[in-house]
Amino acid sequence: MKHTLSVLVEDEPGVLSRVAGLFSGRGFNIISLNVAPTLEKNTSLMTIVTEGDEQIIEQIIKQLRKLITVIKVVDMNTVKTVEREMILIKVNAQNSARAEILRIVDIFRCKVVDVSPSEITIEATGNSEKLTALINLLHKFGIKEIARTGIVAMKRSMQLS
Amino acid sequence: MKMKGAQILLECLKQEGVEVIFGFPGGAVIDIYHELPKYPIKHFLVRHEQAAVHAADGYARATGKVGVVLVTSGPGATNTVTGIATAYMDSIPIVVFTGQVPRLLIGNDAFQEVDIVGITRPCTKHNYLVKDPEKLPQIIKEAFYIARSGRPGPVLVDLPKDIMASEIEAEYPKSVSLRSYNPHYEPNLKQVKKAVDLILEAKRPLIFAGGGVIASSGNKELTWLARTLQIPVTATLMGLGAFPGNDPLWLGMLGMHGTYVANMAINHADVVIAAGVRFDDRVTGRLDSFAPSAKIIHIDIDPTSIRKNVRVDIPIVADCKEALLALKEEISKRIKDKDLSERYQSWRDKLNAWNDAHPLTYKKSDEVIKPQFVIETLYELTGGDAIITTEVGQNQMWAAQHFKYLRPRTLLSSGGLGTMGYGFPAAIGAQVAFPDKTVIDIAGDGSIQMNIQELATAVWYNLPVKIIILNNSYLGMVRQWQELFYNRNYSATHLEYNPDFVKLAQAYGAEGYRATKPSEVKDVLKQALKSKKTCVVDMVVEKEENVYPMVPAGASLSEMLLV
Repeated sequence: MKHTLSVLVEDEPGVLSRVAGLFSGRGFNIISLNVAPTLEKNTSLMTIVTEGDEQIIEQIIKQLRKLITVIKVVDMNTVKTVEREMILIKVNAQNSARAEILRIVDIFRCKVVDVSPSEITIEATGNSEKLTALINLLHKFGIKEIARTGIVAMKRSMQLS
Repeated sequence: MKMKGAQILLECLKQEGVEVIFGFPGGAVIDIYHELPKYPIKHFLVRHEQAAVHAADGYARATGKVGVVLVTSGPGATNTVTGIATAYMDSIPIVVFTGQVPRLLIGNDAFQEVDIVGITRPCTKHNYLVKDPEKLPQIIKEAFYIARSGRPGPVLVDLPKDIMASEIEAEYPKSVSLRSYNPHYEPNLKQVKKAVDLILEAKRPLIFAGGGVIASSGNKELTWLARTLQIPVTATLMGLGAFPGNDPLWLGMLGMHGTYVANMAINHADVVIAAGVRFDDRVTGRLDSFAPSAKIIHIDIDPTSIRKNVRVDIPIVADCKEALLALKEEISKRIKDKDLSERYQSWRDKLNAWNDAHPLTYKKSDEVIKPQFVIETLYELTGGDAIITTEVGQNQMWAAQHFKYLRPRTLLSSGGLGTMGYGFPAAIGAQVAFPDKTVIDIAGDGSIQMNIQELATAVWYNLPVKIIILNNSYLGMVRQWQELFYNRNYSATHLEYNPDFVKLAQAYGAEGYRATKPSEVKDVLKQALKSKKTCVVDMVVEKEENVYPMVPAGASLSEMLLV
């Protein structure tokens, strides 16, 4: 099963390598990884999407906590969260296809961020199902390039059951 | 205070209580070596950096203190990697200082530059590259704190040459606090109560001790638990010495080369008290048939050890000594003055019957020296009052099986990584710590050659280490596997050419002895043990002797090959 882990780390050289090395050295899988500074000085937040059964996920979390530079690990699957990912898609957009692509952009509430006579670049934000649906719909026009940020996640303020 | 970086480093080591450093100089650490003679720290010059790390590791295992290493950049640093990985696998506290090229040159492929922090990231508990001179004292303080606290381990500190050479304003901090590292020592008392419930209800309980008992000095508490409730005890290789090897409750080591009775005990136990162990594959055999009818109480300071390999019924994340003390208090409350010594009698009878049926033994001989006989004679002559180190392979297993370890920190052996070449430098480290104790390296003719250059170190510092080579002209353990599982195809395991170990010892200024017949063994060992010099004893033993019992890799612990 996929798990999203929020990992608060000391922002110092080598910290990414420690975390990535832990995954590769112990045979764990990283599906996506996002790192950026937080408001707190010298502290960064990593959002890691990984996969494994309960025992593997337990090991991953414990092994991460064991790293001296890791401050806190939260398994976001145990709480209600908002998860988002941003994607940039460059798609073929010849005359006849343009209108349909723009309709899809409209329906998915995406933005066109770059345009040329033969291509359109779309910026979309959402959870992974929405982005997968969008990619599927644009597929037939010919996707030329794709860039994704990986998931970022946050615990919801109200933990309604 | 304002001083050169090198002086700050040594001042910090002095304040940390460091008495001994094992090392080897080079360009990047020349500033440190320039200052070293002015400090009350004894430096032991080795002949290869790997040996410096094993010596510091042996010093740490024998004393419980942090071992310290100082080497130069580049190859000096890479030569330490095997030693660091050895210490990491066995949770041994050492701090390794490596030289580094000046900060301005880092990343330029400078002469003797290597990214040792990158290389050792997966085999250190933590490591540092000092980039900011002002942080030097803080980093040294943290390095020692991290190495010795929690689950101990090696820490590496990489020191750029320009920082060592420049003047720095710094104070050694009195205390250390890390927001992301707070080892947890106290057990959860609810878990302790549950564990005691289980132990007192058990019909066939077994104590299973590991290196954590020794690291935490919890052997007295463990012994109390075993003797008060009369629960039999087994241990891993790393746990030998945690419980007296001559006690009637002692079953011997378990696992791949464990005793028949220890492996049968874990197979039939209904409650296993696993203290300071990590359930290594050499111990468990096939996992799905390990301790099949037992509820497992697992005490370990490292949460990652819990449920990593085996299911656990009652985890107790704590320092072993603290947890065993809590068990003792809870049990004392419950049993008051009741005598429970009869409680597990039928279980002990069963174990005794198993042991009588298949005791630890070997085919004795009057013609050729049996390696097991050498170890037995060593035990007889020393009465167990010695620090034994081992190399890796058959010599290690025979040393584990046939010598009785009566106290903790008397067997120093590379358990996790299985490093050939460990035993001799580790013996040097132990002898440095205890100049008056008998320190014996039980070696094979293969492993001893991996760090034999340290004879120069031992002789130069008058360290009377005894090296007993069980010389069978084979890389014996691999040969044993080839014999049993690879159709006797002795590919690359026959050491058809070996040096004359007696002459080699003499060339280094050590004493050399040889025995070729069983009748000579005792006398030769006596002479070596009496000598005040470094001794090499070449025991020419049975060539194709095997270590038994043996559980084939991947088999269940009940599937033992016996003598």
